[in-house]
Amino acid sequence: MEILGGLTILNTFTLAELEVGEHFLWKIGNYTVHGQVFLVSWIVIGVLLIASLAATRNIQTVPGGIQNFMEYALEFIRDLTRNQLGEKEYRPWVPFVGTLFLFIFVSNWGGALIPWKLIKLPSGELAAPTNDINTTVALALLTSLAYFYAGFRKKGLGYFKKYIEPTPILLPIAILEDFTKPLSLSFRLFGNILADELVVAVLVLLVPLFIPLPVMALGLFTSAIQALVFATLAGAYIHEALEGHGE
Amino acid sequence: MDINSASVIAAALAIGLAAIGPGIGQGNASGQAVAGIARQPEAEGKIRGTLLLTLAFMESLTIYGLVVALVLLFANPFV
Repeated sequence: MEILGGLTILNTFTLAELEVGEHFLWKIGNYTVHGQVFLVSWIVIGVLLIASLAATRNIQTVPGGIQNFMEYALEFIRDLTRNQLGEKEYRPWVPFVGTLFLFIFVSNWGGALIPWKLIKLPSGELAAPTNDINTTVALALLTSLAYFYAGFRKKGLGYFKKYIEPTPILLPIAILEDFTKPLSLSFRLFGNILADELVVAVLVLLVPLFIPLPVMALGLFTSAIQALVFATLAGAYIHEALEGHGE
Repeated sequence: MDINSASVIAAALAIGLAAIGPGIGQGNASGQAVAGIARQPEAEGKIRGTLLLTLAFMESLTIYGLVVALVLLFANPFV
């Protein structure tokens, strides 16, 4: 049981402490925040900003280089949103769904591709921001807010009619759905990214050379798919709020 | 059985049992996708995209089991 005693670093169960290992803690006022998540998030945001600025600074009629690449990314996001929300409604939601997709995608790949281990922190280590439950819960709650906002803006208070349609008997389940949606969204992303990093870490511990490479490639693939899944589901939930239940 | 050994066994069961259902589901989905591609090879791209998305959904069920297992091992509320 000594091994397990060593593993149980965090013994209190709150949503914010569902992580493995140590953190680089910052004190801001009365709050303790996980500094390593902030640092990598800022880098991710910086990368996205620089890429967008570089692509739009000198726009050509015939795109080339980074402009070409970013136009491809934009078209991909637009198609994804249009597939979920339909031709009529999709345009206002492209920025939201696109931001979710790009942030999660760049976070996941940044966490896997950049050799963070070279940078030493006083405690904890730099990794993908999405392997912290706080990040994924924040993103999932934003999605919840977005689909409530979409529903209210389209239908006003009539939005609540979807809870008692087709029959009021399903009211508890309809309410429960609003809680399970962000829960499953956040746990799916968090679990996948954490599992990837743990599997790679364990394999590197066992065989440091070459053997972990296929698993790393698989990890890159799954993280890309998870970003796609998150964005797709966000679009699907917004669509559901706009359309009403069972139409 | 003390709470530590119970937690280890529970963690193993959580991930093991959570792998059964999605395993069957993913096998079914992949088999049907292969059958679909064999019948209609020109639709391969579309089928593959949909298949990957659905596989990710099924996989997330196992991941929920994994999250529970990790909580039991690293952030056990009962120890």
